Amino acid sequence: MQQQQDTMLLKGNEAIALAAIRCGCDGFFGYPITPQSEILETLCKEKPWETTGMTVLQAESELASINMVYAGGATGKRVMTSSSSPGVALMQEGITYMAGAEIPGVIVNVQRGGPGLGTIQPSQADYFQSTRGGGNGDYEVIVLAPASVQEMADFIGLAFELAFRYRNPALILSDGVIGQMMEKVVLPPQQPRLTEDEIAQRYPWAATGRKAGRSSNIFTSLELNPEVQETHNLHLQEKYARIRRNEVRYEEYMCEDADYLVVAFGSAARMAQKAIEELRQKGIRAGLLRPITLWPFPYECIARLATGVKGILCAEINAGQMLQDIRLAVEGRTPVSHYGRLGGMVPTPEEIEEALIKMTRTLNTNSHE
Amino acid sequence: MKKEIIISGFGGQGVLSMGKILAYSALMEGREVSWFPAYGPEQRGGTANVSVIISDQRISSPIVSTFDTAIILNQPSLQRFEPSIRPGGILLYDPYGISTPPLRNDIHICRINAMDVAAEMNNVKAFNMIVLGALLKVMPIVTLENVITALRKTLPERHHHLIPLNEDALRKGMEQVTPILNP
Repeated sequence: MQQQQDTMLLKGNEAIALAAIRCGCDGFFGYPITPQSEILETLCKEKPWETTGMTVLQAESELASINMVYAGGATGKRVMTSSSSPGVALMQEGITYMAGAEIPGVIVNVQRGGPGLGTIQPSQADYFQSTRGGGNGDYEVIVLAPASVQEMADFIGLAFELAFRYRNPALILSDGVIGQMMEKVVLPPQQPRLTEDEIAQRYPWAATGRKAGRSSNIFTSLELNPEVQETHNLHLQEKYARIRRNEVRYEEYMCEDADYLVVAFGSAARMAQKAIEELRQKGIRAGLLRPITLWPFPYECIARLATGVKGILCAEINAGQMLQDIRLAVEGRTPVSHYGRLGGMVPTPEEIEEALIKMTRTLNTNSHE
Repeated sequence: MKKEIIISGFGGQGVLSMGKILAYSALMEGREVSWFPAYGPEQRGGTANVSVIISDQRISSPIVSTFDTAIILNQPSLQRFEPSIRPGGILLYDPYGISTPPLRNDIHICRINAMDVAAEMNNVKAFNMIVLGALLKVMPIVTLENVITALRKTLPERHHHLIPLNEDALRKGMEQVTPILNP
């Protein structure tokens, strides 16, 4: 019966909001934009300020939201914001400042079609924005790509955990499909928010009010002495190397005996999985690799799988962005093709299936030459 | 068991909430479900549709391009989705919004005069539950009892006094749906 009570039917956006409350989130600052408005709506409906004491604020803009996250994170609070593509574009300055000042925080991007204001339908065209540093400087953001409503709920807790473990912004890169769809979801149990004392104890770096005997904790990304700034950059690079070593996450589906590999993340991985089910019925042995962390990217895993397959198809809802990372992993040893839809159009499983069949034909023709 | 269902009609007819109640009922029967709306700059009077998938196994894609069952509530939806029903599938429609009736002869076509029944009940808001009742009769994928429980769980408490009316609408839909024999 307990199980029954905890299983809910939720939109991805609703799952984000409810999971945030349950993860002991201290504050949400956001500005409405389709297709993620249900996050702020659900938080306002739940009124967590009356239960856990979590702050929920509709800021005056995306710039204000991300800078509220900067400030909240600097005090050791678990704070977050959410937006969709053009709104997250506005936040890039705040995100690079957070990375520079080593401030933890969670950003959710429920992507829509671009460029510019674009459309309000689903897209994955912010892969570059997320993994290539949408802001300035040598920095990285931890990027998690949920492919189900359950992962929307699960990744909030994981994003906070990673953000605080590495004192770095963490981004959940979702899209209009996962944000708007409803699925079964089991929410995490309610965690209490950390007390001021717990924060001061756990996060000695946080701005919790200077006590006698410790120096001031200062948060800035500005350093006028380039030698000091280079040392700081080297420290960041060492941290990024640790994240690359420890935090790569991915899921393999039917890769063991695969002749062809499809690589897809987020919602596109769901369509790709259905395409693979159909291809297997037709006797074509295809498998799916789904990167869960887009940064750090599973280069080694793809390099390993690439040696056993005849070709790789990258299926994305964009013009070929993760494609670049796959090519970096493969280093020319295996042919790599791409299939994508643009501007808010979503590929169907049939289209991905056809793209893979087309790829097998091209590969066979070439090998006969 | 796996059913891929499209529900499509005018915005304001209760298409999305009908899909939600169907999905929730199936969830209570321990099944895997997905509900994906065509969201967009939709408005009252515009076209709204939702894909509901109910399965015994984990659902891969929430987006599909062919369906086992289509519930069609206006002419544009019929034009768009009649060709996407798999042979042997079900097309359930309300003739009220339909000027050119469905033509396929390789599917089961069923009719529910839900708009008329709603008018008789003097409650246009009961429309979507009449259609859902009709679906339960032609495709008994969830029980009426679970639909009632789903209503109780999904409706805000202030609307719970309307549950008997909804139950009545579901039963009327079950009674009045008529299969059309293929020519």
